[in-house]
Amino acid sequence: MTEKTLLDVKGLKTYFYLEGKKVAKAVDGVHFSVKPGETVALVGESGSGKSITSLSIMKLIGKPGKIEEGQILFNGKDLVKFSDKQMTQVRGREIGMIFQEPMTALNPVFTIGNQITETLIRHKKVSKAEAEKKAIDLLKLVGFPRAEETMKEYPHQLSGGMRQRAMIAIAISCDPKLLIADEPTTALDVTIQAQILDIMDEMKKKFNMAVLLITHDLGVVAEYAERVMVMYGGQIVEQTTVENLFLNPKHPYTNGLLESLPSLEKEVDRLGAIKGMVPAAHEFPAGCRFSDRCPHVMDKCKAANPELVTVEPGHNVRCYLYE
Amino acid sequence: MSVIEKELKIETENDFIVEAKNLKKYFPIKGGVLKRTVGHVKAVDDISLSIIRGETLGVVGESGSGKSTLGRVILRLMEPTEGQILFENEDISRLSNRQLRPFRKDMQIVFQDPFASLNPKMNVQELIEEPLLVQTSLDKHERREKAISLLEKVGLRPDSRLKYPHEFSGGQRQRISIARALALNPKFIICDEPVSALDVSIQAQVLNLMADLQDEFNLTYLFIAHDLSVVKHISDRVAVMYLGRIAEIAPKKNLYDTPLHPYTEALLSAVPSTDVLNKREKIILKGDLPSPSNPPSGCAFRTRCPKAHERCALERPELINVSEGHYVACHLYEQ
Ligand SMILES: Nc1ncnc2c1ncn2[C@@H]1O[C@H](COP(=O)(O)OP(=O)(O)OP(=O)(O)O)[C@@H](O)[C@H]1O
Ligand SMILES: Nc1ncnc2c1ncn2[C@@H]1O[C@H](COP(=O)(O)OP(=O)(O)OP(=O)(O)O)[C@@H](O)[C@H]1O
Ligand code: SF4
Ligand code: SF4
Ligand SMILES: [Mg+2]
Ligand SMILES: [Mg+2]
Repeated sequence: MTEKTLLDVKGLKTYFYLEGKKVAKAVDGVHFSVKPGETVALVGESGSGKSITSLSIMKLIGKPGKIEEGQILFNGKDLVKFSDKQMTQVRGREIGMIFQEPMTALNPVFTIGNQITETLIRHKKVSKAEAEKKAIDLLKLVGFPRAEETMKEYPHQLSGGMRQRAMIAIAISCDPKLLIADEPTTALDVTIQAQILDIMDEMKKKFNMAVLLITHDLGVVAEYAERVMVMYGGQIVEQTTVENLFLNPKHPYTNGLLESLPSLEKEVDRLGAIKGMVPAAHEFPAGCRFSDRCPHVMDKCKAANPELVTVEPGHNVRCYLYE
Repeated sequence: MSVIEKELKIETENDFIVEAKNLKKYFPIKGGVLKRTVGHVKAVDDISLSIIRGETLGVVGESGSGKSTLGRVILRLMEPTEGQILFENEDISRLSNRQLRPFRKDMQIVFQDPFASLNPKMNVQELIEEPLLVQTSLDKHERREKAISLLEKVGLRPDSRLKYPHEFSGGQRQRISIARALALNPKFIICDEPVSALDVSIQAQVLNLMADLQDEFNLTYLFIAHDLSVVKHISDRVAVMYLGRIAEIAPKKNLYDTPLHPYTEALLSAVPSTDVLNKREKIILKGDLPSPSNPPSGCAFRTRCPKAHERCALERPELINVSEGHYVACHLYEQ
């Protein structure tokens, strides 16, 4: 890749060491990159390793988990090698983060204003007055018309959608180069989801911020991302542009997902369900991790796990059908 | 007789299994040291609807719009504040628990979170047997046979009878709840967000199962969900709720192809689409759902409605019939 990359994740493995010598290979050899100003989606079902990938990038993996292997190059520097102290300079400042449930990330005993100004003072070394002014601007930007009053409110006084917008204001307060949004709208109603995603998109364009958007909603991927990675069993199984993924999906799992999705546009009598269920991270089937559910399974699929290979420029697939 | 009642009369040629008439459910808000009632949450505020035998009526609406409360009041899991519920033409709205017993086996409910609704201390056999013990005189052997056949029906292995809920995945637990709901051969099942907590591949399995069971047992569903695509897939007719009231109700095709209420339009436009070639224009609504304890005057949607006009603050729009089976509560459609 000649173009400059902002984030370059190489061979990332994050394992959890469970009781009875079991190992959960939550993230098992993940490669991807994000360019400045680009929105890249990480999509997959529950337990596929999306959150652990993002928490690994932020170096927020605690015991019994550990980053086993790999590099996380951010602006060319390997975050895996960063000390805790160095990471505090990265988190919230160079990389902002939004979680699914904002209540876990907002501090219930401080006002919204407090939480934004505190971040600004810590990272940007601005005066209290400057921080307050900037905080009010930010709140207005994310759609609080009465921002001065919102500054004085506590998280529990806000609705779910308002909290998520406040989270965005905090996450973008220090002009991060990368925003990681882990299911930012999963807990919200569609009308509020549309508000939030639109604000995120606007902020991204305004500040030329890159976004790593984690979701299990393929509709959200289609509307907001430029490139997408489909995760299954701790690995990327398909990686391409959003257009390609929906017009020319290749991996049997991606196809299965698309067919199982009811949509407003097309009417089907029966949904194409994928049989079985997502395997747990400590008991993947031998060989291809999708082999116990795949309608195209062959003998060799059960023997060894296929590699992620480039089948067309910019389109990578992990499946023997394409080797 | 109101307009709606007249319309209902015309429709009575249909075979209705459930009818709700001017149904209300208000929850008191207690305040002050004396815990006096200082107001009410109008969770269900004057809803009339009829459910045709064998159909699936979908109910959509934002969180807090009163979908679950409507379901619970219809099943008489909650006392209605006002109004009537008819089950197969019998008024069940004021029956005591004892009087309700013969109706209980005909009406069941499946919840969103099967983990919370399944007793963790009971194994699958006991969970499925429980309703059979209360409502039937089947002996031990017959109950066991019944449990096995139900498990097979919902796609679980009979040898999972002796396992406990925590040993199953979310999708499997939902299958157990469905098996349990089916135990008494009900006629009517309220499905309150039955697939909302499931992954898409598992959601599809459960939706297909529910459709199969409906065909096999001629079930009638009231299907509550906030996912408009899921509701479109499974329903014959769809009702859109907003702050305790019905904004629009219509056969599925009408509602999705020609939505009339500005709220329905916004809701549909907000659904993210996987159609990368044809992007839909989004109507982004401002603000949040207002508090149901203090709804806006006139039309409850007017604080967020892009088409609100003077009259909307003054008068509450009633549900009116605009074409066959298509009703909408909005001043734009009144002559
Ligand atoms: N603290 C932990 N201890 C043990 N295993 C864990 C831990 N955290 C995560 N895992 C396992 O790692 C795998 C990946 O989890 P992760 O949270 O990344 O999934 P996800 O794709 O974000 O799913 P969801 O859509 O449910 O958020 C799962 O199988 C999970 O059980
Ligand atoms: N037992 C109760 N006591 C007091 N208020 C209640 C009670 N149950 C529900 N409410 C209120 O009634 C309103 C409607 O709630 P309901 O649960 O019916 O909404 P819903 O449409 O099912 O929402 P969701 O999509 O979040 O499940 C809400 O404002 C809720 O807070
Ligand atoms: S490698 Fe084999 S089992 Fe795996 S997805 Fe491809 S065809 Fe299916
Ligand atoms: S009555 Fe008025 S405010 Fe209500 S939906 Fe119609 S136009 Fe909008
Ligand atoms: Mg996650
Ligand atoms: Mg509900």
